[in-house]
Amino acid sequence: MSALNLRDASTFPSRRTEAWKYSDLRRWLRDAPEVSAAVEVLGEGPWRGLGGDQLAFGNGVETGADAFVGSGEQTLRLRFVSEAHATGHTASARIWARPGARLLLLESHEGRGSAYVAHNRLDIDVAPGAEVTRLILVEEPEDAISVTQAEVTLGEGARFAQVTIATGARLQRLETRITHPGRAAEVRMDAVYALRDARHTDLTSLVDHRGPDGRTSQLAKGVVKDTARGVFQGKIAVQRGADGTDARMGHHALILGERAEVDAKPELEIYADDVQCAHGNTVGNLDESALFYMQQRGLPLDEARALLTQAFLFEVVDRIDHEGAREVVREWLTARL
Amino acid sequence: MLSISNLHVSVGDKPILNGLSLAVPAGEVHAVMGPNGAGKSTLGYALSGRPGYEATEGGVHWRGQDLLTLEPADRAAAGVFLSFQYPIEIPGVPALTFVRTALNAQRRARGEEEVSAPAFLKLVREASKALRMDFDMLKRPLNVGFSGGEKKRMEILQMALLEPSLLILDETDSGLDIDALRIVADGVNALRSPERAMVVITHYQRLLDYIRPDRVHVLAAGRIVASGGPELALELEAEGYDKYLPPLTPERAA
Repeated sequence: MSALNLRDASTFPSRRTEAWKYSDLRRWLRDAPEVSAAVEVLGEGPWRGLGGDQLAFGNGVETGADAFVGSGEQTLRLRFVSEAHATGHTASARIWARPGARLLLLESHEGRGSAYVAHNRLDIDVAPGAEVTRLILVEEPEDAISVTQAEVTLGEGARFAQVTIATGARLQRLETRITHPGRAAEVRMDAVYALRDARHTDLTSLVDHRGPDGRTSQLAKGVVKDTARGVFQGKIAVQRGADGTDARMGHHALILGERAEVDAKPELEIYADDVQCAHGNTVGNLDESALFYMQQRGLPLDEARALLTQAFLFEVVDRIDHEGAREVVREWLTARL
Repeated sequence: MLSISNLHVSVGDKPILNGLSLAVPAGEVHAVMGPNGAGKSTLGYALSGRPGYEATEGGVHWRGQDLLTLEPADRAAAGVFLSFQYPIEIPGVPALTFVRTALNAQRRARGEEEVSAPAFLKLVREASKALRMDFDMLKRPLNVGFSGGEKKRMEILQMALLEPSLLILDETDSGLDIDALRIVADGVNALRSPERAMVVITHYQRLLDYIRPDRVHVLAAGRIVASGGPELALELEAEGYDKYLPPLTPERAA
């Protein structure tokens, strides 16, 4: 199938396409939507207070530049703002981190309006020895559709750390494809999803180890309530010759509603020798004995549930190295649990 | 006064307590002793309201309140504290955060003002010193990676901070060496007061050398079958529980 293009309905995948099995875009989108009018992007978004430069798109249209080159130590707020009703838009951005750069990429998907369709494409190029930390806050109306596709290419010895925090939409998909050269490059790719009502989030990723001695660590955790649906499709491929790869993947979800659903498809595809790869996947409910213990000490059941849920998800948040950003994420997520 | 009358409790379809009656006046410490499987832990869970432990008959009153109608958290706010035989690990929630959240939830439920963070820290420092606990341990997730003895001290620390009026200790001595037992018992004894009632559930007499009971009751097959003074515990230690067990049926004898 050719790449998703909002102007061409024949490119909209349905569940018949394996990679979209759990996120049937065509179910919600049959025809190409009318193109959204550009909107002005105001303020600084949810990452305000952490400073840095800004790259912003209002309904797909860039305010100023659509690309950023990072060198030295820098912070960039990358904002995808949607403010539309039943129309669609596509944003495309490119980010380069030069050799030795340390870039903190603070991304936000800020949705207002209703029933819009947003398609975001992002290319991130991390030069040898450079480091990029990409933190993503996604908040959209419950009837919005959004697909974000990031292609990340790493040089030797590069480091890339990503944490996605998603709260779902009618159909929300965040794809990350990483070309991993091995050779002391390191990837950390984490995610949290917290979904209620009929919201849907799909975290799909591929880390493709093409050279020896690369490391990848992936941890995703989610909580679904009501009739929400969480999808985790994580794949780590270790190509021929990528010996000495160390790759770990974990996905753990709590289902807190009888009609809520989690679909998990963790995959390891290994063609090399002498690799250390592991994946763990669990789906369950809150521990009843812990809930009773907490109530016995005086916490009402709702509060006990909230505290356990928060503790469950914060394991991921606490892996964010940047203290200021970690605090923003903690507050942002707490307000949405 | 804790008043338990004709209490029947089932777990699933299985009756565990069969008409248990017990009265513990405020200011007294009563030991409940019994063989394995007699229903000792079930008594603690039934008093504290654990889901799945259903009271099918009888009543439980504490300070005139009908406990069986209250949710577990409301029982806690009414003064009920169960020290668990096996305290539960709560990953991701630091012990300090947990206890302060619990204390303030109870205070809110009683219409009292919440305790500020600095005032709470002061209370914790004093209480943890008395139990010879490392303060830094309290910054770790509650009970996660704690030794058996540390978990039991953590229970007593919570008891000291939450200041319950009805204390139920379920096998508090299990897993404790002699030194830890003495520290834990001192912590419990420090909480004895004319307003508080304590129920000490134990299999062995040992704990009662450190926490002296006013009365001793024998729990067998879901009922209190004998009561007496502290000397009853010594008698049980010497003679065992055999004479309180139901007669052997041919099936059990085989």
